[in-house]
Amino acid sequence: MRDKAVLEMRNIHKSFPGVRALQAVDFTLCEGEIHALMGENGAGKSTLIKVLTGVYSKDEGDIFLKGHDKAVAINSPQDAQNLGISTVYQEITLCPNLSVAENMYIGRTQGMGTNWKKMNEDAEKILKSLDIPATATQELGSCSLAVQQMIAIGRAVDMDCKVLILDEPTSSLDEGEVEKLFKLMRDLRAKGVGIIFVTHFLDQVYEVCDKITVLRDGQLVGEYEIENLPRVQLVSKMLGKELDDMSDIKSETTEYTGEGAGDMVFEAKGLCSDAGIKPFDFYIKKGEVNGFTGLLGSGRSECVRAVFGADKVTSGTVKMNGKDVKINKPIDAMKNGIAFLTEDRKGEGIVGDLSVRDNIILALQVMKGWFKPFTKAQAYAFADEYIKLLSIKTASADTPIKQLSGGNQQKVLIGRWLLTHPQYLIMDEPTRGIDVGTKIDIQKLVLKLASEGMSVTFISSETDEMLRTCSRLVVMRDRKVVGELSGEDLTQNKIMSTIAGGDK
Amino acid sequence: MKAKFNFKDLMRSQIFIPVVALLLLLVFNLIMDPSFFKITLGHNSAGDPVLSGYLITILDMGSELAILAIGMTLVTAASGGQDISVGATVAITGSVLLRILCGGNSRPEEYAAPLIVAFLVSVIAGMLCGAFNGVLVSIFKIQPMIATLILYTAGRSIAAWVNNNELPVISEPSFGYFGGFIPGICIPTPFIIALVCIIIIALVMKFTTLGLFTQAVGINPNSSRLNGLNPVFVKFLSFVILGVCVAVVGLIKVSRISTINYSVVAKDIEMDAILAVALGGNALSGGKFNMAASIVGAYVIQCLTTTLYKFQVQADALPAYKAVVVIVLVVSSAPTVKDWFAKTMKKVKANKEVG
Repeated sequence: MRDKAVLEMRNIHKSFPGVRALQAVDFTLCEGEIHALMGENGAGKSTLIKVLTGVYSKDEGDIFLKGHDKAVAINSPQDAQNLGISTVYQEITLCPNLSVAENMYIGRTQGMGTNWKKMNEDAEKILKSLDIPATATQELGSCSLAVQQMIAIGRAVDMDCKVLILDEPTSSLDEGEVEKLFKLMRDLRAKGVGIIFVTHFLDQVYEVCDKITVLRDGQLVGEYEIENLPRVQLVSKMLGKELDDMSDIKSETTEYTGEGAGDMVFEAKGLCSDAGIKPFDFYIKKGEVNGFTGLLGSGRSECVRAVFGADKVTSGTVKMNGKDVKINKPIDAMKNGIAFLTEDRKGEGIVGDLSVRDNIILALQVMKGWFKPFTKAQAYAFADEYIKLLSIKTASADTPIKQLSGGNQQKVLIGRWLLTHPQYLIMDEPTRGIDVGTKIDIQKLVLKLASEGMSVTFISSETDEMLRTCSRLVVMRDRKVVGELSGEDLTQNKIMSTIAGGDK
Repeated sequence: MKAKFNFKDLMRSQIFIPVVALLLLLVFNLIMDPSFFKITLGHNSAGDPVLSGYLITILDMGSELAILAIGMTLVTAASGGQDISVGATVAITGSVLLRILCGGNSRPEEYAAPLIVAFLVSVIAGMLCGAFNGVLVSIFKIQPMIATLILYTAGRSIAAWVNNNELPVISEPSFGYFGGFIPGICIPTPFIIALVCIIIIALVMKFTTLGLFTQAVGINPNSSRLNGLNPVFVKFLSFVILGVCVAVVGLIKVSRISTINYSVVAKDIEMDAILAVALGGNALSGGKFNMAASIVGAYVIQCLTTTLYKFQVQADALPAYKAVVVIVLVVSSAPTVKDWFAKTMKKVKANKEVG
């Protein structure tokens, strides 16, 4: 083993039926190091993590840990935990209705009795030492997501872990919360813990990590010191090709100039829902791409949900192609040619156990109604068409969608809505939690659809994505529309100052 | 699309376990006593030709369960829970049927209303019971088992109240056809009714989107809603469909004895119906389902019961024997056991190749 290495994985192989998920992958983690594990969806990151944590058993290869002479056997998550390997997953896997201390000690108390006092005191100590803003007796559910995430880490750290795996811990946090999490990670690094950090956010990698290991198609691309690997190169290594300049996407496409260009497609006045937004006016023209921007929680999603009728609409008038319409529930919006890709892919998007085919046809089938089911042949034809069009990576159209990687699930959902041939497509955070390659694909697709005459509302937390795709941005602050930017005003600075409201 | 027969696909398919269970039971009987398979054409007391034999008994007595399994599968898939009130609601629909037929007279000489009217009213009663359960589950979001506990508890009293706690007896012989034999047809009528129900549900599954929508709602109600479905309605509908199944079973049950016993009719049938769904490999937590597997599951249960009776197991001891077999079946269809089995098979195969 290398000096100071706490963990070495050598020549790891793992296959699933029809897929070689990992081939001869090596991975080394040193003491007091934050090590980013990067790769596109389906590159094998999750599989490697799951092998390490005992969720999957490896087909071949050895895992060495500091303090063990021989290769260690990890056959279950319990084994991994006993060996000092702890994991904090993207979705928080604690119990919101128990107290913070209970969550930290759940499954770890010895014997039948619980010494509540000691447990609370111990928990308090850990919270203090890690500077986590929570009290031991507080109900976990009353903490913010970031604090819950930190408590999960606190729990892992207290289990005397030498290797801490953070699997996309930041995807549901806002900037301030991410900062707090990074501080905690740096503190742990100083204490000698080796941290494996899996994320899709390049900025975060460069902010906090020391080393990067890149995987692609189940194979090791290489391990790099962070200072020796500029961003562009990292992306090209992940994709396996030189990146065509991302900022050029916009100039590649042409504006829609066909029939009805510039006509009003959707127009809302004083629209408001019960999700706690202030009434707002909004419109979109044919072939236009616009977007809502603002901080997390500023009401971006709530606005488009109101447009689609996903939340209960409480007031306002809506016009579609100049005609008054009523949109009270999603089916009303769908019948008027509006499609809505939700930001919560897992909770509100995919129907996990159903096949890719059923997921693709679902929305159109609902529009057709109960008594006109598609034949199997029709359904397969639709599925195959969109699998090809969007280059969805799936074993077959019959594969349950939950087995696909996040980016491919997202493509299936996009396919579902494109199949309904909407006039107006709303995409709420379509690029969140998916790999760089797919992110670019989706942005290109948005511009292509617009150039063919579709109106698209595109929302993203990454401002540069919005700048690249949208020609008009609605800026939100505190659940209120505070401005609208277009043309030359579309710059990072202008957006920031409008969001902040500084110049008023 | 499938060019060649693939044993692995077959093993993975959901209907594999109940079919194998059924075959095992039949093989067991074949070895122990081949007379199990004997079917004789005899005459009943009215002089009409009827088939008899253990197999016929299974088809006959398993029919109620098969019909209920259809509705129970849909309820399970859509709501992720089970309706435990079906035994009690069978009593209600049966009682309503008798009330209409007798018109308040407990020993009528002839029908007080046409049979079809009485049956339709009992179907409406069944649908109302289903609607009651459905509203509690879909609108008030009460756990299905808790929601249906209400009718489970109160149903038999309601059934007795419908007929003022009297036990009307129908003397008209044609009323017995539904639970016995139609003159000239030697196949038990309940089985014919079950077949009709199976054909109807097969057609419904083919010509409507009930299957896709029910599964979508059962797996992820939030996505379903954003795709324009109304999860509340889909769940509600599944309970109403089960209500129709209940009414059909009520007709058969009452016809079998031409009267009703409120506290005994269809007793514990809900548990067997749920078991049929589970034996069919359907997740009791809802989502994906396989209707055919549930129906086969229903006949597996009846086959087991009949086999036990044949070996003269005391009626009191029957549930215990049944429980043992059920444990084996349910455990063997559990995903963890399936995975383990697949792995072991793989190892055996690998060893063979090396050897």
